[in-house]
Amino acid sequence: MHNPQLNARGELTHLLTLEGLPVEVIVRILDTAVPFVSIAERDVKKVPLLRGKAVFNLFFESSTRTRTTFEIAAKRLSADVINLNIGVSSTSKGETLLDTIDNLVAMNADMFVVRHAQSGAPHLIAQHLLATRRPHIHVINAGDGRHSHPTQGLLDLFTIRHYKQDFRGLTVAIVGDILHSRVARSLIHGLTTLGTPEVRVIGPRTLLPAAVESLGVRVFHDMGEGLRGADVVVMLRLQSERMKGSLLPSAGEFFKHYGLTADKLALAKPDAIVMHPGPMNRGVEIESAVADGAHSVILPQVTFGIAVRMAVMSMLGTSQ
Amino acid sequence: MTATNLEIRNGRVVDPANAVDAKASLFIAEGKVVAIGAAPPGWTTGRIVDAVGCVVCPGLIDVAARLREPGFEYKATLESEMAAAVAGGVTSLACPPDTDPPLDEPGLVEMLKHRARSLNLAHVYPIGALTVGLKGEAITEMGELAEAGCIAFSQADAPQADSQVLLHAMQYAATFGHRVWLRPLDAHLARDGVAHDGEVATRLGLAAIPSCAETIAVDTLCALARVTGARLHLARLSAHESVQRVREAKRSGLDVTCDVAANNVHLCDTDIGWFDAHYHLDPPLRGGRDRAALRAGLADGTIDLVCSDHTPVDDDAKQLPFAESEPGATGLELLLPLTLKWAREDAVALPVALSRITADPARIMGIDAGHIAVGAPADICVFDPEAWWTVDRRSLKSQGKNTPFLGLELAGKVRFTLVAGQIVHEA
Amino acid sequence: MHTPGLPDAEATLAGLAERMAGAIAADARLVGIYSGGAWLAQRLAEILPGNHPVGYIDVSFYRDDYGKKGLRAKVETTTLPFEVGGARIVLVDDVLYTGRSVRAAINELFDYGRPESIELAVLIDRGGRELPIEATYVGARVAVAREISVVLNRHLDGRLELTVEPAESAPRA
Repeated sequence: MHNPQLNARGELTHLLTLEGLPVEVIVRILDTAVPFVSIAERDVKKVPLLRGKAVFNLFFESSTRTRTTFEIAAKRLSADVINLNIGVSSTSKGETLLDTIDNLVAMNADMFVVRHAQSGAPHLIAQHLLATRRPHIHVINAGDGRHSHPTQGLLDLFTIRHYKQDFRGLTVAIVGDILHSRVARSLIHGLTTLGTPEVRVIGPRTLLPAAVESLGVRVFHDMGEGLRGADVVVMLRLQSERMKGSLLPSAGEFFKHYGLTADKLALAKPDAIVMHPGPMNRGVEIESAVADGAHSVILPQVTFGIAVRMAVMSMLGTSQ
Repeated sequence: MTATNLEIRNGRVVDPANAVDAKASLFIAEGKVVAIGAAPPGWTTGRIVDAVGCVVCPGLIDVAARLREPGFEYKATLESEMAAAVAGGVTSLACPPDTDPPLDEPGLVEMLKHRARSLNLAHVYPIGALTVGLKGEAITEMGELAEAGCIAFSQADAPQADSQVLLHAMQYAATFGHRVWLRPLDAHLARDGVAHDGEVATRLGLAAIPSCAETIAVDTLCALARVTGARLHLARLSAHESVQRVREAKRSGLDVTCDVAANNVHLCDTDIGWFDAHYHLDPPLRGGRDRAALRAGLADGTIDLVCSDHTPVDDDAKQLPFAESEPGATGLELLLPLTLKWAREDAVALPVALSRITADPARIMGIDAGHIAVGAPADICVFDPEAWWTVDRRSLKSQGKNTPFLGLELAGKVRFTLVAGQIVHEA
Repeated sequence: MHTPGLPDAEATLAGLAERMAGAIAADARLVGIYSGGAWLAQRLAEILPGNHPVGYIDVSFYRDDYGKKGLRAKVETTTLPFEVGGARIVLVDDVLYTGRSVRAAINELFDYGRPESIELAVLIDRGGRELPIEATYVGARVAVAREISVVLNRHLDGRLELTVEPAESAPRA
């Protein structure tokens, strides 16, 4: 099956998901991000790579955090950034998703950064652009439903590589609501592609999707067991609507079994790092002592996130 | 058009209902088959239909074809869909009651039948709504609806809700011998799901429908059928566990029948690829093991028949993110080639395969069709099993151009379709 | 092994260093353009009298031809371990050709601060300028056909050597 993210020359032309991306492409993105980290430390944080290009942030699902980091990344590349907060699905406003895209293309968009509540929306856009012969317009998936959040996956990989160097000896534990998490899916694809030998998912049965082992992970329901000897602990955000009802009885009980405390962290390796995609629910997924403690690399994740997004945008924006 | 004396010659006549599979000529006059083999005395031929290299079989019968009238004319009309039917060799079809308004009143049923009759193409047998408005609360006037022409009662694709209502509806239907055709689907377990609960839905991050949503309902409906004595037909099985349960129910003596949609016979969830909405179907495409069980069940008769589940969907409704797109696919013109494809791949004898789209659906619908006999209406399909054609927007006559088989080459082209002795399609 | 027609890199470097020794400012900072210029800057810092801090600059993000060529495979990190504002800088590159790399390097330096002055030292000037840029210190001048690229190589023992390659394989400097 044709990989819609790569053009005929095997170059990245969209970033829709980490699933199916060749190792070389992922590594190249991580390598390209390295110099962008140091640019953030200069006085002039801009480089002219995307000067004259128009980047449209199309957020059908609102998120100030993610949108802001993409905006910063694009502006540091000297691109023009236009933010469109469509908020609810465009279909309820009468204009279809693809009509919205066509209108923006007519306004000379070069790149779309898309967040949508439905899995597959960025793929639909990419296919539409291919079908209507616009190979110079690129799509970056900023999160689609529960399917994929590839730039988050990449910044997580970058963070792990920064602190641990080689994926090939690592045990990585991902904890929480895997069922609804695009962050988890993306990270799992990235880790397995880069040769991580042990990727663990930890959570109650209600929050694990069917056949999750087929993604290449080991399942744990006991957090203590799952954290034992881990090099990296990734805590997922628990959405408030999941905290009561038929999937989980309460945030309190979730914290008791699956919240990251210093005691539980002590079961991991002594030099384990703690990650979280943010925003954190303190006292639900993670206790403050750990979030603010020595093992936490949660704030560096944010910094690396801008560099990684700059890398992705510059690679796409300068491809043929 | 005045009736002509027709002779269909040189064809291989396959009539599963009468266990016929032989080269023979058919003689048709005044809308009926008047002789098989040799011409009747005093015969003068008006037209010869040369069926060399072709199979001559009873006109195909499709138990589930949405014609989209009344109410959804922007998706399809009777004109386009009836043309599609006869292009596919289908001479009798049953249409589900989920029109707008639903077929819960005799007047609507009569209007539909009248409209269909005026087109002089395939026979249309409406399926009446089991409950008013398909809401699952009050039962419909099944007597009146049956008199108006409904051959069975169903809730279309609405998942069964209140089991007490179901119990009463089936008891009432059983009182008068009405058939009850139901999609086994637990409303709560299927809530919001759009794909089979398996590896593919997990990878793609799609809300899932577990197989037990269907199998729990199969158990419930069979239990209710046992208790009420209703003539139950389970529509559109998709899970291997359901096939097994029906096999056991039949073995235990329960008079239950079931069908499968052609899409589920050939496809499974991996075909969704990167969120291709053409593969968004209801019931969903399940796994390889399910597909294998459906095929085996169709071969050994546990599954009585295969249908198209013809559901024309307009392009706009498919050009949306997967979960927002409308499920369904066009299928009337694909029923024959897809049945032949299954038969070829699984080494099923042609008469057995054709039975699943002729004699068996006729039996379940309770209509005098699906067979070739002297004195019977001449509803005939003449097709070339070796003629390959490409499924594309131009070759499809249905107004719905959305099918997962777009771009595929299939074998089995209908050359002639006759309804009541008239040639209504010729290619 | 010495490619006929091309000067010997080590000898040329020695000559370049001699010319620079008396002429550059005592507090000049050397900034080498990756990767050939970076090697040269390192060697010059060793050879030249006095203490000249060395920085390295990757011009990938400032090139004007990225629209045609895309981002090069390996982007190094620009490292300038001194204050650029007010500094006297000597940019070092291996081959001066169209002048575009030097233009990009100057633009990038100005994003770090406003230098007091910038001079340019190159091992080889092959002519063919497309921008009004000239080197302050030149090792050797050679005439080379347009279809040919002049490339500086560094052996494992650190020895530098000049070779030629067909033009497509290297970006135009």
